[in-house]
Amino acid sequence: METIVFALLNGVIYGLLLFMLSSGLTLIFSMMGVLNFAHASFYMLGAYFAFTIMGATSFWIALFIAPVLVGLVGAVVERYGLRRVHANGHVAELLFTFGLAYLIEEIVKIIYGKTAVDYKIPDLLNFHAFTIYGASFPAYRMFMLFIAISMLIGLWFLLKKTRAGLIIQAALTHPHMVGHLGHNVPLIFMTVFGIGCALAGLAGVIAGNIFVTDPAMAVQMGPIVFVVVVVGGIGSLEGAFLASILIGLIQNFAVGINANFAEIFWFLGLSPTSEIGDITISSLAPVMPFLLLVLMLIFRPRGLMGEQEL
Amino acid sequence: MSETTQSMQNVGPTSGAKFRQRTLPILIFIAIILAIPMTDPSRTVYTLVHQMAINIVFALAYNMLLGKGGMLSFGHAVYFGLGGYYCLHVMNWIAEGAGIWANFPVFFLPVLGFLAGGLSAAVIGSFSTRRAGTTFAMISLGVAELIASGAFMFDSLFGGEQGISGDRMNGPQVFGLSMGPMSDIYWFMAFWTVISIIAMYAFTRTPLGRLSEATRDNPQRVQFIGYNPTRVRWLVFTASGAFAGLAGGMSAVNYEIFTPEALSLIPSGFVLIMAYVGGITYFVGPIMGAILLTYMSSMMSDFTEAWLLYLGLMFVIIVMYAPRGIAGIVFGVWDGLTGPDKGTYIGRLLVQIAGMVLMLIGLIVLVEMSIRWSNGYGEVFEPFGLHLGTTNVLTWILIIVPIGAGAALLRRVNREKEEAVA
Repeated sequence: METIVFALLNGVIYGLLLFMLSSGLTLIFSMMGVLNFAHASFYMLGAYFAFTIMGATSFWIALFIAPVLVGLVGAVVERYGLRRVHANGHVAELLFTFGLAYLIEEIVKIIYGKTAVDYKIPDLLNFHAFTIYGASFPAYRMFMLFIAISMLIGLWFLLKKTRAGLIIQAALTHPHMVGHLGHNVPLIFMTVFGIGCALAGLAGVIAGNIFVTDPAMAVQMGPIVFVVVVVGGIGSLEGAFLASILIGLIQNFAVGINANFAEIFWFLGLSPTSEIGDITISSLAPVMPFLLLVLMLIFRPRGLMGEQEL
Repeated sequence: MSETTQSMQNVGPTSGAKFRQRTLPILIFIAIILAIPMTDPSRTVYTLVHQMAINIVFALAYNMLLGKGGMLSFGHAVYFGLGGYYCLHVMNWIAEGAGIWANFPVFFLPVLGFLAGGLSAAVIGSFSTRRAGTTFAMISLGVAELIASGAFMFDSLFGGEQGISGDRMNGPQVFGLSMGPMSDIYWFMAFWTVISIIAMYAFTRTPLGRLSEATRDNPQRVQFIGYNPTRVRWLVFTASGAFAGLAGGMSAVNYEIFTPEALSLIPSGFVLIMAYVGGITYFVGPIMGAILLTYMSSMMSDFTEAWLLYLGLMFVIIVMYAPRGIAGIVFGVWDGLTGPDKGTYIGRLLVQIAGMVLMLIGLIVLVEMSIRWSNGYGEVFEPFGLHLGTTNVLTWILIIVPIGAGAALLRRVNREKEEAVA
């Protein structure tokens, strides 16, 4: 029972974290058609910035400053990099962000070293929130849940209830019309890119200390975020949300299942010592999102909530 | 639009132009290949040349997809790796003398790599090529990640962490090559490189090769004239995967080992960089890129730890300022030098080169200083007897002044160019 409760909690938290990353990516993608390959690199930057700021001041200041800094970096990248390659088409933009991801990783390696940095959970949150069935749940994870839900509400409010959100939504589908109405579309693009990157940075700030903050964290996270965007349906925030939670739950439940193929497919006469029979569900957990992607592409190519077929 | 009345005879190249553009480069390439062993190369040179040969074939195969087909793949090393893995398994069957394999010469292993790569690309491509562009790129990444991480689960096929190794000196000999010494492998490499280059060039001249370019530019029109773009993409993807598998087979024979790392995103990214830096709009572009980047990766890593950073910078700069790659730069300079307005062109070119060299100097000082500071061993960047520490004022002068001056020069040339056009 406690396995289920914990997998559920951790799955939702991980899913919300994924959504924090993929919401920015989806917004940027549906507005500009740019798939930001470097999106996970901004997540990494968030964690590293927070580590630096936390060293100088405190975690709470880092929580606010680091995402803003990441957002500014993102805005600069859009203004002086992406806008220049925009004329050469979407593939050129994708290649630019691919190169950028590469550069950010190498620069991080030079500044912070190749090994993980000691980015810790703040002392204030380093206790057990509650204990159920004899196992305790860390308070920091509850804090992550709180931040993620606030972000979700904030983003929803910004997009649906404010004038700026209305303009952004209009620019998603009809950028030319919005331009004709006198809005500065390039500025909107830059802002959205900045906000998307800041969200990724925020995810980095709150996740970097619970996972590992090292130069490989972007490469680990990047492909999963892409899977979320495709599975959710390209350009759909609701879809990205569903896919994030789904993948978070699948991965966390899979980790908790120790059964191997021989036990599950016993009716096929699979031997537990054979290579396929020996594979456990928990060892499949890292592959699950990609498996889901392939199955999705074969059986429902438009994704969970996508409007058009891929 | 006045040229619409041009007769068809004038549109095609003359036989002289055909010879110069198609046959001559291949002949020169073959001549270079024949000349290399005469210089009695060392082991290091052989190792480098063999790696170049593998990368040339791989990069060209990749460019069938990116340059000609307009499909950006982040996971093409999968087909390279699967082809190579299959060849290594066959190599081991040859060594065991198992069944029909006992009589299969190692020399022809790349053919099997070709088939294995093509088959796996045909299967994966059947669902991944449904869409082009960004969607395809994302799917290629996901599939590559799935296969690369799945490979670690099947030890009998992929050998786990230590991979699978073999011995190429078994089976019957062909062309009198025992496949043992490096000089024998050289001829093996030369043979397969030339064959693949000719085959891949020939592919661009086939109706399918032409259709793949048409599908890249306008899939809708391709559909109007009665072809199925998805099918074209799938066929091109299969062909590209097959040649990638061939390169994998060459690599299997050369190194006699394959690890699951070879399927991962890192080699996939490297082949993308090779092809793009070389220039994807030209057939020779990926060849140039493969030669240059292989050379850089083996030589520059001796000079500087930060060579990956330089590589990344070069890639981003090429994406931003020279999307036609090195081949584009070379042909552009050639056109400029033979063009009508030679004087001004050379003048501008020299200023541009000066600007770039200045910026490069500043950049190198910055990067080399930082990397020594980051290592924390107290090492200091000391070019030409200078002592460039982080606290030295001269260091910062050497960083800021050249970058500023170089940027100013480049800016001026660009403004002049724009004014000349306007």
